[in-house]
Amino acid sequence: MTTTDLVPARAMGTPRRRTEGPAKVTGTARYAAEYAVARPLHLHPILATVPRGRVTAIHTTAAEALDGVVAVLTTRDAEALADTADREFAVLQDDEIGFRGQYVAAVLADTSETARHGADLVRVTYDEDPFRARLDPDSGELYAPDSVNPAFATDSVIGDVSSALRDAPVTVDATYRTAMTHNNPMEPHASIVVWEPAGTGGRFTIFDSTQGVSATRRNVATVFGLDPGDVDVISPHVGGGFGSKGNMHANVVLACLAARRVPGRPVTYALTRQQMFSLVGYRTPTVQHVRLGASPDGRLTGLVHDVVEQTSRIKEFAEQTATYSRSVYAAPHRRTTHRLDPLDVPVPSWMRAPGECPGSFAAEVAMDELATACGLDPVELRIRNEPDADPESGKPFSSRHLVECLRRGVERFGWSRRDPTPRARLVDGWWTGTGVAAAAYPANRAPGSGATVRFHAPAAGGEEHWDVEIAAADIGTGARTVLGQIAADALDVDVDTVEVTVGDTAVPAATVAGGSSGTTNWGTAVVDAAQRFREKFGADPSDGDEADGTTPETDAAEHYAMSAFGAHFVEVAVHADTGEIRVPRMLGVFAAGRILNPTTARSQLLGGMTMGLSMALHEDSVMDPRSGHVVNHDLANYHIASCADVGEIDVEWIDEVDPHVNPMGSKGIGEIGIVGAAAAVANAAHHATGVRVRSVPITVDAFLG
Amino acid sequence: MKPFVHVRPDSAADAIDAVAADPDAVFLAGGTNLVDHLKLGVATPGTLVDLRGLTSTAVEDLPDGGLRIGAGVRNSDLAGDPRVRRDYPGLAMALLAGASGQLRNQATTGGNLLQRTRCAYFQDVTTPCNKRVPGQGCAARDGWTRYHAILGAAQDAAGLRHCVATHPSDMAVPMVAFDAVVQLAGPDGDRAVPLGEFHRLPGDDPSRDTVLRQGELVTAVDLPPLPVAARSTYRKVRDRASYAFALVSVAAAVAVEDGTITDARVAFGGVAHRPWRATRAEEVLRGAPATEDTYRAAADAELADATPLDTEVGGNAFKVPLLRGTLTTTLRRLAEERP
Repeated sequence: MTTTDLVPARAMGTPRRRTEGPAKVTGTARYAAEYAVARPLHLHPILATVPRGRVTAIHTTAAEALDGVVAVLTTRDAEALADTADREFAVLQDDEIGFRGQYVAAVLADTSETARHGADLVRVTYDEDPFRARLDPDSGELYAPDSVNPAFATDSVIGDVSSALRDAPVTVDATYRTAMTHNNPMEPHASIVVWEPAGTGGRFTIFDSTQGVSATRRNVATVFGLDPGDVDVISPHVGGGFGSKGNMHANVVLACLAARRVPGRPVTYALTRQQMFSLVGYRTPTVQHVRLGASPDGRLTGLVHDVVEQTSRIKEFAEQTATYSRSVYAAPHRRTTHRLDPLDVPVPSWMRAPGECPGSFAAEVAMDELATACGLDPVELRIRNEPDADPESGKPFSSRHLVECLRRGVERFGWSRRDPTPRARLVDGWWTGTGVAAAAYPANRAPGSGATVRFHAPAAGGEEHWDVEIAAADIGTGARTVLGQIAADALDVDVDTVEVTVGDTAVPAATVAGGSSGTTNWGTAVVDAAQRFREKFGADPSDGDEADGTTPETDAAEHYAMSAFGAHFVEVAVHADTGEIRVPRMLGVFAAGRILNPTTARSQLLGGMTMGLSMALHEDSVMDPRSGHVVNHDLANYHIASCADVGEIDVEWIDEVDPHVNPMGSKGIGEIGIVGAAAAVANAAHHATGVRVRSVPITVDAFLG
Repeated sequence: MKPFVHVRPDSAADAIDAVAADPDAVFLAGGTNLVDHLKLGVATPGTLVDLRGLTSTAVEDLPDGGLRIGAGVRNSDLAGDPRVRRDYPGLAMALLAGASGQLRNQATTGGNLLQRTRCAYFQDVTTPCNKRVPGQGCAARDGWTRYHAILGAAQDAAGLRHCVATHPSDMAVPMVAFDAVVQLAGPDGDRAVPLGEFHRLPGDDPSRDTVLRQGELVTAVDLPPLPVAARSTYRKVRDRASYAFALVSVAAAVAVEDGTITDARVAFGGVAHRPWRATRAEEVLRGAPATEDTYRAAADAELADATPLDTEVGGNAFKVPLLRGTLTTTLRRLAEERP
């Protein structure tokens, strides 16, 4: 057993505004494509217009003749990359087309307009092959991947679930669907790349919009056969990512290829919104078959969660959709499975809470259906199925306060006044109802982060200050601010004397901002560096003293199941004549360890809930199976929730300090807010209207007779 | 995007001459739609003739009691005009239901009428579109049709619909219900066209959205005096609560005396190639009792010829019951309001 020594909380736990807030709201914070560089060239790509086949000709003469066009890169003349094991990075390497929207050429010009015009003039012809672009749960090509993201077992079986379901007095057996969705951060993926040759090699400088400069450095070095030290990546501010900037995508490779064509000249490439729908990842659509068996008092005896989802044929990504069902509710007999339909489509990837987000939709709507079948309150049903230990591994939870979240929500939301009868409240033409859903998201932790702490003695009349350096990513979350609070407490100094540098490979490498693990990984490294600093220099350091830290090994995960938990309560109104859906109230109550900064934490949790609302009501990447592309590929047609879709959103958390996850007592909060939110909306819609909607997004059509 | 010449003539007459003389020239007003098209390659004009300062930005009283809305009047200014808010409230509501605050500040009255369909296939030059390239075919009719027409997109003899696009304007819907008239100036002189005849149905030539001729310029929109319009409304149903185009919308004005509908104006948005004046519904309503049955009968009369699309990607059959429900709820609320 291990118990982490917790850092005493002084700055941690107190509200603090974002350090870089003033720079952002005054427009002085620079994003990737905004750096002032000398004589930049602009890139505009040409994308494949067929989903499968090969390029037969690329006509570039007209583009090359255009005044201002400097180069046209094509599959015919691009340099051979050193390592294309990751097929997503095999940009312009051959004529094979694996999905519509794949790069086949790019124009470099002295203005973005000329590059775009040049790209319009490039003519590409193809040999087309038959293709499949839409998920088919009955596809003959379904297969079981070796593992699901990032390294979970594809299937899990405990006990004899078939018998349990057969013998269960109460059962639920239903199929749930979630739509394909795209991350759509406000700032598009963008880079400025400079290649400076030197001797036989050279050096990349990359201003990039990324959730991890260290990973981008590693990936670029691998793809181009360079020493990682020869790739500098700079990304101090990122306008959102939601996972789409976690894994590097082909756009960075293309910009680097172009930069090597014009040594010494910066190449700027900011994706258009439309390009983001085929090149930078998305969440797979899912078809989820859930079966529950229970005793009449609602106690689960059997639970099955079988998932079918898609991957691209050229590169596998297996979303861990059913893993949610492995850890939330007790049941002696259980099974989860994942099967993939390989399609000629863009490569799916991480999108906020991969796995838990779509998986919780099916699992938590199924629980609502079970509550109805048992005649039980859905909160009470969940409490009755609270496990003593992790249902699959049998490990104790490091901390688990799901029931407290539910009870607090009941109180705060006024749940006890709820009449369970569906379709019983018509208020001014709107059917109204309320719904609940639970949430869980693992407290992930990974090695691989370092940090430096440096002391600066006060100049005459000044104050001492501290530099904290770590190549973390602040994608709008407040990471920079929170790391300063952690460092201050670990050093036992005033938080205002700490200055944090993130987003630059010039400082110690760090893990990607993903899996809600950033603060755990980076904070642990910062604490380690601070503690080493004090061990080395004591309480009275000299100017310039510095110490490095890392993320120490821990075996906590061998002994404990570690997750954050939460409960969503939602009120929904559905117009009786038009089927319009509004959400007057959302409440999320979370148990996620120590909340390090209530100001930024509230925003992250609220943002997660809003994205869950958006998933529930709006987000839907419409794949046209005839052409293999997402037809609503802009923000006019791909809807994201607007303020008018929701009334109040309340966020609250339970006092919880977890001693096992990290030395701060915290858990991740980036993703838990979205988990379960869509299910709560669907459950409320059922309570309002009596219509059980088992797919998202839920649109007017669902309620029109 | 293709390079273009941008010119700023000194007068509307010069602007008209410039566009009339050059088939590759187009007018530029607020630019909220045209600039998108330039980027997307949907429009590739050689010359943009900038109308800034050349068209009226005033809303003027007409001698007959109506209003003349200058073509250059911004959507936000029109929505806030006290006479519009008092005498044609449905128009103000429609304007405020459209786009976003920023766009309404930029978009003009003339430009709003001339905005083009947001059909996803029309806006994507890699998919076939008869409106963009006559004769190329239509990717929409068997594709994603959530925002497409259920009225007025007749099939030809071979059973094909050449275009199933909808006109996206909110503003135009109450205007057509209120018998607005479009004032045009052109190389061959001025003319006035009732708004109901200004936008075309697609027929076999969907490339032409309106009856405008090359070089003709919208100079104003006239609203006739219309007492019933003082009791008008606009109801827009969309996939999110703001900043989205209509799935369906209803502009309606009714006068009720002693439980009987004495006058009615109804138009639909989001369901046809043009803002759809629901004359059959109006006929049912006039003289009928203000009851639920009447509203439904009015909807059924107008929807009798609806031809929704059933496609693999997502059809739009739901728009028939949706429009019926939207019209019903709109008329009910309007009739219940005290004048």
